[in-house]
Amino acid sequence: MSRNPDILLKGGRIIDPAQGLDMEQADLLIRDGAIQGIERGITPPEGAEEVDASGLWIVPGLIDMHVHLREPGQEYKETIASGTRAAAAGGFTAVASMPNTTPPNDSADTTRFILERAASEGSCLVYPVAAITKGQEGQSLTEFGDLLDAGAVAFSDDGLPVSDAGMMRLAMEYSLNFDALIISHAEELSLTAQGSMNEGRVSTRLGLRGIPAVAEEIAIFRELKLAELTGARLHIAHVSTKGAVELIRQAKERGIRVTAETAPHYFSLTEEAVEGYNTFAKMNPPLRTEEDRQAMIDALADGTLDAIATDHAPHSVLEKECEFEIAANGIIGLETSLALGLELVRQGRLTPAQLIRLMSTAPAGILGVPGGTLKPGSPAHVTLIDPDSRFEVTRDLFQSKSHNSPFLGRMLRGRAEMTIVGGRIVFRR
Amino acid sequence: MSGFKFKHILGLRGLSRQEISFILDTAESMKEILDRPIKKVPPLRGRTIVTLFFEPSTRTKLSFELAAKRLSADTVGISKAMSSVVKGETLIDTARNIEAMRPDIIVMRHSMSGAPHLISRYVDSAVINAGDGINEHPSQALLDMLTVREHFGTLEGLKLAIIGDIKHSRVAHSNIIGFNTMGAEVVVCGPGTMLPPDIEAMGARVARRVEDAIDGADVIMALRIQKERQGAPLFPSEREYAQKFGINARILEKAKDTAIIMHPGPINRGVELSPDIADSGRSVILEQVTNGVAVRMALFTLIFAEVS
Repeated sequence: MSRNPDILLKGGRIIDPAQGLDMEQADLLIRDGAIQGIERGITPPEGAEEVDASGLWIVPGLIDMHVHLREPGQEYKETIASGTRAAAAGGFTAVASMPNTTPPNDSADTTRFILERAASEGSCLVYPVAAITKGQEGQSLTEFGDLLDAGAVAFSDDGLPVSDAGMMRLAMEYSLNFDALIISHAEELSLTAQGSMNEGRVSTRLGLRGIPAVAEEIAIFRELKLAELTGARLHIAHVSTKGAVELIRQAKERGIRVTAETAPHYFSLTEEAVEGYNTFAKMNPPLRTEEDRQAMIDALADGTLDAIATDHAPHSVLEKECEFEIAANGIIGLETSLALGLELVRQGRLTPAQLIRLMSTAPAGILGVPGGTLKPGSPAHVTLIDPDSRFEVTRDLFQSKSHNSPFLGRMLRGRAEMTIVGGRIVFRR
Repeated sequence: MSGFKFKHILGLRGLSRQEISFILDTAESMKEILDRPIKKVPPLRGRTIVTLFFEPSTRTKLSFELAAKRLSADTVGISKAMSSVVKGETLIDTARNIEAMRPDIIVMRHSMSGAPHLISRYVDSAVINAGDGINEHPSQALLDMLTVREHFGTLEGLKLAIIGDIKHSRVAHSNIIGFNTMGAEVVVCGPGTMLPPDIEAMGARVARRVEDAIDGADVIMALRIQKERQGAPLFPSEREYAQKFGINARILEKAKDTAIIMHPGPINRGVELSPDIADSGRSVILEQVTNGVAVRMALFTLIFAEVS
């Protein structure tokens, strides 16, 4: 197997939150799949590929810690191949894939299948998240040890909450033996039963049953108390409400070992996007109010929310071109996430370093995987970003098999120019 | 002179006062036809109106079909149980297949909010919403407004009290929008489990007790409990509902002498309305039904005038 050629990225703005680095007109040298050095005016080694990075940001490879790759079982929506292609095009060098596949990823065999697929056909690294309970049925724990040995990086029943508090307590207690991370999809199902959008004046206006914010907040409160009781490491997925952010902030102040993420749609859109019964604005948790949206941005800025994760949820035309109530929940996000995050930088709500921390350094730290840094010696997972590149979001644009995005037809600004995984260029515009 | 610029009638939301008045005026002019021995006029001859009902209906379906026939249109009805929907055909496919036979208007009732909006994006024909989920039932609210206007000469400044399952009632929803637009005041009352969040934002005041709701009301509208839409039971028993929220003679002692009683039908006698009230001189329930045909004739006429 021939090794990848050396790569010299020249004259870019190197932003590495892990080292507190923000350096203009700098060069980064990649050799043998690792970061060799960062300096101004590096002499290119013989045979190195030289990349002109002027006007571009050079950052640690982006990591999306909440993605649905749909394989095994729902390959008509997305496969590991197409999903990781979409990720690479979005600037991601790694994704964490959620277990609600068919069959669910509740066994070492399925975890190994996913990893093998990713190795042979993937365009970026895949870190499988395994189910907390067998079949995601909430009745009995999966084999945490066996799954971690097979390559799982965390546990979640995402798609579904663990409804029984006693079961979540068991999961948290058992996680301690492995210092494993529990990722919670926090939802009180008895309050969300028939809802299809945020409960409030817009759901009343549109005549749709609503999902109240408290359904998320009650469930998050439960998880926080259980994490406090057990001492487990907890990560809250797809936070969407102001009340949720307040709970997490208080929990962190008390020293509870909790981290949390939100998705770009929660800081870019509100429930008004549902107007016209737009199924591309339907997901769970739902889009909330403007007040909630602002709270997400504030929380990203003050560190209450640690990461941006897309909850990339591909669905085909079958599941979205239908009556609103029966449309599937979720939107794709890998190829628009960076532009939406950059919008917060342009609005002065986040610094570039904060954005990169949220999209790379923090996810790496939370999952305990390599990356998130450009420190010499680290694996060469690097993303080149053109923060100003304008593009129209069209179906043709997407590498993803599915096109369920509320941003179709919009002009966005900022995207990846090149994505490098372990010294191999997996995407170039 | 057209005050009407719509191809589809999906709801009353977005209609102006002038537009609603225009529809009511047109409906009024249609009423005379309904009293003739030969109830037929030619304007819509050669036009095709398809009714597509995914939920049961006595009044609305018959009313739309008779309205079409009075105007000499051809009308065909499809109901869910007898259609290929039971074989798994999607709504969009159903609509497109009907569209392929080139109807002029599709009148649709569906259990899901937004269904007529959805099919209007896939068909060339005009779409009239005959009731979608818990969203709107525009023709019902229009006939309710016509009935009230006939009685009081105006809608401006009147007080309408709607009692019942507000949350799941598309009739309540459309009436709140319509009566508000026409300058009336609306108060709603029902068990707390059946009130939609932020209904005040839609222009309705909330009363916790029926006595407070009907105090000073000119129009008292009772609604059926929409059990088929509720999921888990939202109230303990029909007995309690009838006692605490039902409209009966005793409760009506607190209402104005001139107040009229309305109900969109079907009535669960003894639950939301006591039988003596339903049949009393204050009840305009059957007038509502008659006005329904006139309103629907008006809607057909106006759509064709606009589309041609």
